[in-house]
Amino acid sequence: MIDILEYGFMQRALIAGMMIAVICSTIGLFLVLRRMSMLGDGLAHISFGGIAAGMFFGFYPVLSALIFSVLSALGIQKLRSMKVYGDAAIAIFFSFGLALGVVLVSMSNGFNSDLFSYLFGSILAVGVTDLIIIAGLGIGTMLILAIFYKELFFIAFDEECAKASGINVENINSVLVVLAAVAVVLSMKVVGILLVSSFMVIPASTALLLRSGFRNSIFLSIGIAVFSVIAGLTLSFYADIAAGGAVVTVLVSIFAMVLLYKKLGSK
Amino acid sequence: MHTLGERIVDFKNVNFSFGSGLAVENVSFSISKGEFVGMIGPNGSGKSTIVKLMLHLLNPDSGKIMLFGTDIQQFADWKKIGYVPQKATFFDQNFPATVFEVVSMGRFANAGLGKPLSQNDKEHVIDALRQVGMLEYAKRRIGDLSGGQQQRVFIARALATKPELLILDEPTVGVDSRIQHSFYQLLKKLNKAGITLILVSHDVGVVSRNVSKLLCVNRKVNVHDISNGISKADLTCAYYPEFEMVPHHH
Repeated sequence: MIDILEYGFMQRALIAGMMIAVICSTIGLFLVLRRMSMLGDGLAHISFGGIAAGMFFGFYPVLSALIFSVLSALGIQKLRSMKVYGDAAIAIFFSFGLALGVVLVSMSNGFNSDLFSYLFGSILAVGVTDLIIIAGLGIGTMLILAIFYKELFFIAFDEECAKASGINVENINSVLVVLAAVAVVLSMKVVGILLVSSFMVIPASTALLLRSGFRNSIFLSIGIAVFSVIAGLTLSFYADIAAGGAVVTVLVSIFAMVLLYKKLGSK
Repeated sequence: MHTLGERIVDFKNVNFSFGSGLAVENVSFSISKGEFVGMIGPNGSGKSTIVKLMLHLLNPDSGKIMLFGTDIQQFADWKKIGYVPQKATFFDQNFPATVFEVVSMGRFANAGLGKPLSQNDKEHVIDALRQVGMLEYAKRRIGDLSGGQQQRVFIARALATKPELLILDEPTVGVDSRIQHSFYQLLKKLNKAGITLILVSHDVGVVSRNVSKLLCVNRKVNVHDISNGISKADLTCAYYPEFEMVPHHH
């Protein structure tokens, strides 16, 4: 473990990975409870379109991905309020983002290898600038989550009663999807577009298996995600395997172990 | 009898329709401070719709609704109203929340945005749990309790807001009949303490034994003062023509 910390790139990878683990696993618990698990995956694919557009038109790809992701998150929310089913609303934007990405890639030949790094992540290539962006937006995201924590919890439990108690449910829902959009874009560099939703869905689902209270479930979700980042990066360092894939494999293994433990325990 | 004071709920010629079907037709009634009102009617008669209009979860097509003397469109003091929804026992049983966390929701509006619950808020939560006899379950997961216990937790959540008006939509559906008796005793106690109550039910017998005013709903609303007893005529309005009044002896 000490060897790992001697390398600057590993230090940055660990810091970035742990920050993203905290943000995504917290937002993920709300999404999973709201039956919006696929939102992260949908927004990640939409971001693919944003990345491709940024590269095509010469913008900073993370910025264009952020704009695409946030606007699509609000669009999905709007469709849901217009009585389009939530999963269908996600699928519509998901398809559009991916289609746009594919079209732009086919129109240019120069940026396919860069695009590859966003698809599969390159946590070991996280630079100081990336770290600053992740820290800045990440802290902002956690602060907003803390401000709306009570309302998000109430809405996740019982939307109608939350509304009857005077909470502006539509606005708070929009806050949640925008935060999810930001978290997705921040996570792309670390685990890649194809694996982003794993950080949102798996720690939360594992925490739910442990049947605790709400606050404790958030802490469990964060703990599982942070541990997976540390274990996955260590594994990738010594076994020389892809970092993003290693982290997600650890996440899934923990989920499977908890599930097995629960299954055996209930017999 | 209670001394009746200010009007807490006022419906004037309210109409509401879902698509093409009129669900609530020309409804007018008023509820004053301290009343214990029963709202009865067959399934699909519009009881829950009236409750949702009262909570501003739905907007009337026409007519006027006033809460605590304020037009519902401008009303913002939702802390005054406690609501126990019909589906309270049918929520996600796997939801990760303790009994204490669920009842805490009743204090969220009071605590304000971005602020954790104060010691005073927590005392209100404990007090509400004690009132419904669920304090010893505070750390248990809500989904691990029985239907009757869950219902009491939801009432505690509504009580934690310190409401002046408590609306209960079919609160005893799915609740053990042995528990129902103590539940109605609790409601009477709350009413004596000054809380105005609206109890929605399709169980005519239970409602008529406990309330002082009856709203018979069947798309329209008929109001009956039954503080001096209930007559068949008071009830046929809602259940006509099949209604047979069954005497209850307790």
